[in-house]
Amino acid sequence: MARVIVQREAFDIAAEIARMAADGGTDIGAIVTFTGLCRSEKGVLAALELEHYPGMAEAEMERIAREAEGRWPIDALTIIHRYGKIVPGEGIVLVLAASAHRAAAFEAAEFLMDYLKTHAPFWKKEHRADGQEGNWVEAHTRDDVALGRWRD
Amino acid sequence: MKLVYFSWVRERIGVAEEERDLPDSIHMVADLIEWLIGHGENYAYAFENAQVIRVAIDKQHVPHDAPIGNAKEIAFFPPMTGG
Repeated sequence: MARVIVQREAFDIAAEIARMAADGGTDIGAIVTFTGLCRSEKGVLAALELEHYPGMAEAEMERIAREAEGRWPIDALTIIHRYGKIVPGEGIVLVLAASAHRAAAFEAAEFLMDYLKTHAPFWKKEHRADGQEGNWVEAHTRDDVALGRWRD
Repeated sequence: MKLVYFSWVRERIGVAEEERDLPDSIHMVADLIEWLIGHGENYAYAFENAQVIRVAIDKQHVPHDAPIGNAKEIAFFPPMTGG
């Protein structure tokens, strides 16, 4: 059963790892974490504003987690995605995958991120440091390409 | 029918959500997009490149040829950029 959270607040990576290790029992041999951070793009951006589709975002993250659990021998998953205004250096998304061995945990974490980027209903708008109107971040075809390798 | 819009689709249309009575002639998502385009320049602008627009029926991704059926809520948005 995955822990899926959509929240405005910052997340605590160490606390999430400790929680997973404590809740997961003593057969977990590997916890992989991925943290996605807000970049300044060399000082151009003051912040990113994350918009999301409440209800669907959680549902889609849970669906993606179930799919990962079906593909790999996973003991625990955590996905936390933030919304609202996020400044450079702060975390946007956190994924944790726990398994007996590292290969499944690494692969599941990467799979979750590839699916989150292309399927979870979140959109980033740029806030520029110079005060000009920022753009909506455009989706990258490389994210769709990354997704392709998980297709059977 | 509740229609909801996100990101630049919301900005171009000018509202986040609205209630619409749909005519019986609308069977699938593509029909609904075509119908909305006829409701003003803001809709035409939002859907000017309709093939890139993503659609969810009752919070599930669907293709443009999906039947609308008994949908309660249909969402329109650009490709997602989370993560």
